[in-house]
Amino acid sequence: MWTFLGSECLFFGSLISNYLVSKGKSLVGPYPHELFDIPFTSVSTFALLMSSLMMVLAYAAIQRGNQRGVRIWLLATAFLGLVFLGGQFYEFSSFVREGLTLQTNLFGASFFLLTGFHGAHVTIGVIWLLSLWVVAMRGGLTQEKSLNVDLAALYWHFVDVIWIIIFTVVYLIP
Amino acid sequence: MEGKAQRLPAHVETSEHKHPGPGRYVLVGTALVMLTATEVAVYYIEALHGILVPVLLVLSAAKFALVVLFYMHLKFDSRLFTGLFFGGLALAASLMLALLLLFRVFFGG
Repeated sequence: MWTFLGSECLFFGSLISNYLVSKGKSLVGPYPHELFDIPFTSVSTFALLMSSLMMVLAYAAIQRGNQRGVRIWLLATAFLGLVFLGGQFYEFSSFVREGLTLQTNLFGASFFLLTGFHGAHVTIGVIWLLSLWVVAMRGGLTQEKSLNVDLAALYWHFVDVIWIIIFTVVYLIP
Repeated sequence: MEGKAQRLPAHVETSEHKHPGPGRYVLVGTALVMLTATEVAVYYIEALHGILVPVLLVLSAAKFALVVLFYMHLKFDSRLFTGLFFGGLALAASLMLALLLLFRVFFGG
């Protein structure tokens, strides 16, 4: 898992570089400062950060053999992941309504590529978490199988870490 | 099951006593929320716009470190894992630096 996450650093490093290289080079609008809604994205960021807390509480619960805790925290993590995805869907839709698509300008192409791939990672994470939750509901996620939760947690926290960088580099730095 | 010694997998046994408990996790979560709130506040404070980029990068790096060290428990795990992750991260940072230099991003080109 750590090797995979190391390789994912390179993947997202390339996408972030692509965004930075393209930044300020769009010949036509709309431009980032016309579209970004920082308070809204801050709430999405808060949801993702809290989902990481829920995930680590699920991990702590399974390490202590607390089956009920694992089920609750896994579901809470997946729910907050879905809240983040809902926010991203709303944001993308509003950007498209404002006239920004993948083909509009360099900003649109690099922005949708970066945040879209991140969203795809979050989607995979939510599916993984819900699968674990189903297994937990059937009583198949015991303390002996805590590694399964640990691996999902590592992936989920990595997705969170990438968003920490995207939120700063893409949204906050002018 | 009674009388039979239940042996947990190695990763459970070795990490049980090392990893922090829920209290510490909540504390880290609170710190993450406060750092994010500070980032957003700094973004809106006109007087800080001169130092906005370094301040935001430091706050972001602090959040990154908190998640990686505590939530991803690298602080408590084998150094091999740290090497694998930070090896990839160092390669990514080098790649980014090379691309940004190549496209003269730092020189306004």
